[in-house]
Amino acid sequence: MNKQFNQFRFWAIGLATSWLALFVLVPSLMVLVTSFLTRDADFLIQYQFSLEGWKSVLDPSFISLLWDSVFMAMMTAAICLSIAYPFSICLMGLPQRWRSIILFLLIVPFWTNSLVRIYAIQFLLGKKGLINQGLEFIGLIDKPLDLLYSQFAVIFGLSYILLPFMILPIYSSMEKLDFKLLDAAKDLGANATERLLRITLPLTLPGIIAGCLMVILPAMGMFFVADLLGGSKHALLGNVIKNQFIQTRDWPFGAALSILMIALLSFMLWLYYRATKMSNRAGGINDSNF
Amino acid sequence: MTECQPLLQLYGVSKTFADNTVLDALDLTIYDGEFLTLLGPSGCGKTTVLRIIAGFEQQDQGQVLLDDKDISILKAEHRPVNTVFQSYALFPHMSVYDNIAFGLKMHKVAKEEINERVLEALRMVRLESFAQRKPHQLSGGQQQRVAIARAVVNRPRLLLLDESLSALDYKLRQEMQVELKRLQRQLNITFVYVTHDQEEALSMSDRIVVLNKGKVQQIGTPREIYETPVNLFVARFIGEINQFDGHVVRRIDDKHVEVTAEGADWVVQTDYPFAVDDKVHVLLRPEDVRLTKPELAENTVHIEGHIHECNYKGKTLDSYIRLSTGTNVIASEFFDEDDPDFDYRLGQKVALQWITGWEVVLPYEQTI
Repeated sequence: MNKQFNQFRFWAIGLATSWLALFVLVPSLMVLVTSFLTRDADFLIQYQFSLEGWKSVLDPSFISLLWDSVFMAMMTAAICLSIAYPFSICLMGLPQRWRSIILFLLIVPFWTNSLVRIYAIQFLLGKKGLINQGLEFIGLIDKPLDLLYSQFAVIFGLSYILLPFMILPIYSSMEKLDFKLLDAAKDLGANATERLLRITLPLTLPGIIAGCLMVILPAMGMFFVADLLGGSKHALLGNVIKNQFIQTRDWPFGAALSILMIALLSFMLWLYYRATKMSNRAGGINDSNF
Repeated sequence: MTECQPLLQLYGVSKTFADNTVLDALDLTIYDGEFLTLLGPSGCGKTTVLRIIAGFEQQDQGQVLLDDKDISILKAEHRPVNTVFQSYALFPHMSVYDNIAFGLKMHKVAKEEINERVLEALRMVRLESFAQRKPHQLSGGQQQRVAIARAVVNRPRLLLLDESLSALDYKLRQEMQVELKRLQRQLNITFVYVTHDQEEALSMSDRIVVLNKGKVQQIGTPREIYETPVNLFVARFIGEINQFDGHVVRRIDDKHVEVTAEGADWVVQTDYPFAVDDKVHVLLRPEDVRLTKPELAENTVHIEGHIHECNYKGKTLDSYIRLSTGTNVIASEFFDEDDPDFDYRLGQKVALQWITGWEVVLPYEQTI
């Protein structure tokens, strides 16, 4: 290896590492430290050790808030999964050219800022929105439904924004599935349901897990969706954190929450890592180990 | 083969994929208990025949009868037919045991019976100690045997094998050929084997069906196919063969005619009703060629040529001879260690002959 390349490598890796250290690691450590400091009304924090921030985390009112947030994220994942899985199966039935076009169309909305798209949903779900007007028009309802500012609206918005994150990993795991295996199962007498449950589902499980993580993780943090569609009642973990820093000004509590969220997400990523590692080794998820 | 009960019959089966006719009004009868091989070059339609029998593909026209009943309407999962796939298609997330038990589970066989039959199948393919392994922990030959066990454990009427040995190396393939033959005899299940490897077809089959361009070229025992091919395609596809073009000079009796080819007049044996001046192909296997020194052949019919390449093959010596007429001939001779003159020098002149009756005479084919 020549000296110039070594030098290039040193600078390339060094720059990236110091960038990450400076703007990710150091701030994270600062947040961690903040969570152990004392709250101060005027200066935000006092440099004095305290466990007050972490105590608030265990507060029952907060626990229910956290549960709400987790519930909404899970529901979002469930809805995305129930749409994405059949969608991917149908997609696999199409010729390659059409698959690429449809996947492309799926990505197109991403070129618009998600905030703008959430505003659009606000219009859609509002009292005078398209859905209420449509239902009134066909005579199903007499007066407009309260769709907006509900848990339903938040889950609806999250599902809309995050659906592609579920479809892409599931579709990619299906693309890797050897279709000879389905022929073999058919040959051995398995009908369509048995083929789905015993072959397709277990072999695409890594894609399902990846998709769920890619939906649940961001879903808990997308505070603007809850702000715009859920009103003040239906907050996500991200909203609570944001509020501690900006409105309530309880920095230690906000910091503790941030750390909690990071820990939660890391744990899920670790689970995913374990799952894919196992599936790589066994060529699929092993049902006795999982 | 003692039984001659037809098990599966194809009548006028045709299949077209996007303007490409893969099978063209194919008729075929498969007898109960036989080892039948579908042999042909890639794209001849042999795999399509298999997929139609298995039910993965629906024929455009024609009938598929199993025990005289049309099974065309049956879905693949309801046909008493199992397939051993080319790539084995073992379920990667299941153990060897679960792979083999899969078909029985699907058919709702009682648990104790499943266990019994799976263990029996494992014993049969000599993999008893591998039951709990995953497919990726097995060698190619072992995976092959699991694939066979997974199919035969269901006791199908018909076992379809799609180029099932082609992924194995030469030595293992030879072993598996013997193993397959043994299994077939032991189980008494009808095997339909698809291959493009003529050597494999010759060594395993009771009967061979030679396919080309979606049509049956010839059906017969390996010996019939090799020794009396009915057309140039079969002759050339199975083994190597030398071809001399000529025409009939006169008829000698109802089994023999005299043919002039490569500048000599040969008496050849044939059942075809050739008339004088009919153009013919005289075909001769390399191992049927006799090479001698020109001075020893002076008084008999022969063609002269010279050696332009020698290939030592271990068991045999393959010599490439260019005849004075420009035709190239291959001769394959066993070593005779007692003959000091056996080895040829390049460029050496030789006389080429054969024993009447060892040749195959076919009518001239326009397309060649």
